[in-house]
Amino acid sequence: MTLTVTHPTGPAPTRTELLRLIGLMTGDEKHSAAATSTLDVIRVLYDRVLHVDPATAGDPGRDRFLLSKGHGPMAHYAVLAARGFFPVEWLAGWARFDSPLGHHPDRNLVPGVEISSGSLGHGLPLAVGTALGLRAQGLDPRVVVLVGDAELDEGSNHEAIQLAAALRLDALTVVVVDNASASYTVPGRIQRRFATEGWHVETVDGHDDAALERALSRRTAGGPGVVVARVESR
Amino acid sequence: MTGPREQFARTAADLVDDDSSVALVYAEISGQFFASVAARHPDRVVNVGIREQLLVNVGAGMALTGLRPIVHTFGSFLVERAFEQVKLGFGHQDVGGVLVGAGGSFDVSGGGRTHQSPGDVALLDAVPGIQVHAPGTSREVDAVLRRAVAGSGLHYVRVVSQTNGVELPADGRLHVVRRGGRATVIACGPVLDAVLAATEGRDVSVLHAGTVRPFDVATLRAVQAGTDVVLVEPWYAGTSAHVISEALSDRPHRLLSLGVPRTEFRHYGTPQEHVVAHGLDAAGIRRSLDGFLTSAA
Repeated sequence: MTLTVTHPTGPAPTRTELLRLIGLMTGDEKHSAAATSTLDVIRVLYDRVLHVDPATAGDPGRDRFLLSKGHGPMAHYAVLAARGFFPVEWLAGWARFDSPLGHHPDRNLVPGVEISSGSLGHGLPLAVGTALGLRAQGLDPRVVVLVGDAELDEGSNHEAIQLAAALRLDALTVVVVDNASASYTVPGRIQRRFATEGWHVETVDGHDDAALERALSRRTAGGPGVVVARVESR
Repeated sequence: MTGPREQFARTAADLVDDDSSVALVYAEISGQFFASVAARHPDRVVNVGIREQLLVNVGAGMALTGLRPIVHTFGSFLVERAFEQVKLGFGHQDVGGVLVGAGGSFDVSGGGRTHQSPGDVALLDAVPGIQVHAPGTSREVDAVLRRAVAGSGLHYVRVVSQTNGVELPADGRLHVVRRGGRATVIACGPVLDAVLAATEGRDVSVLHAGTVRPFDVATLRAVQAGTDVVLVEPWYAGTSAHVISEALSDRPHRLLSLGVPRTEFRHYGTPQEHVVAHGLDAAGIRRSLDGFLTSAA
């Protein structure tokens, strides 16, 4: 099979092409919800929002994307491979002993992966530290962290939500992929929680490219922003 | 055949059914096993969501009211993530409960380091008085859980998919599985099959420890063969070395500690691939054992 691989200088990979790349990992008919629920958000981020590519992956001023919801990294792997961060051939070895690509991503093994994740509730606190570290060095790129709605159960997120607003981290954007998977989910609670702490809040359809681009491209003035991207329920 | 984790869930449900002072607190993990018992006892079977720090302190809070809580999730999150809640919520408050950690060092090898807990026993070793059990079969899971819940104090039950072919009493004691004169090999938890295969034809005694805290030092001292001791643990190598050294401090001895190396191990794959990579399969143990015994000559 010949794969169409998109490099940073070429056209953006299509959704269909990315699903095919995910299929190299999970099998053609087994695109898990954890992978596909985040696909459009990640695709739009890399295509239209973030300033990062293989050539700038080590640049201190690059935009950062942190995948905190690390239990469904296949969409991220597919996007990174399609954009040339690592060879597409790596995908077929997914989760094998000597593969750099596991069920949870390791930043030490995968070019383009900013944090090792898989244990929930670490990405947002790490993103706050990343934004603070960049600000302290006079750098001003975007820091975007993707979390799941159920992941917000973890109390560590709420410590970070409070501090990020108090420190006016306007470089920071949280994107919550909301598939209503939390056991005690309450409609609208995520938005209210962030708003209470002073975050700019926007809710969009998680599969609407234009809406995602508009919301994720907006750098909020005076403080951090959250984009709640609603997708189908798990 | 019922696997160890499903056996834990069945036994836990029985214990909640049978005794109104027993509670079960969990954090999503293993929820697929608990729907029925949760429906029967919604006040004593609580899913806290993905909130492990809360998980442990909710269990400890229930213990403060006189209940006997079973507190469960993956060991990586129960112990390595929520260690201070274990230390203070249970240990410092001086209340008891039964912590049950699933996954261990190898079960979720495909998930990488985030879901592996080779450090759980070493961490819990820092909680005074805790009893740590590593059952090697589903029946041992059942027996040790019943004993821990019926008992007092704080217990940790390490439930993993790796099992032994030999069934031994879950009575907290060391058991002599094979007798020899040249050395003593101690198999902790579900590494016994590999140890027995590795020591086949060697003149060594093989002991098995299903409970590692407290460690049955009296039996070790009574049955020790030779001066060489080999400790095989399916968690961080040397976790129990200080216990063995203390127990034999008045005797000349040498100790070889085998287990999971204290390094970042950046591989995925299967549990068995990890076991082999750490030299904890029969061939690896035999290599280490032979090298150790030869070096003493």
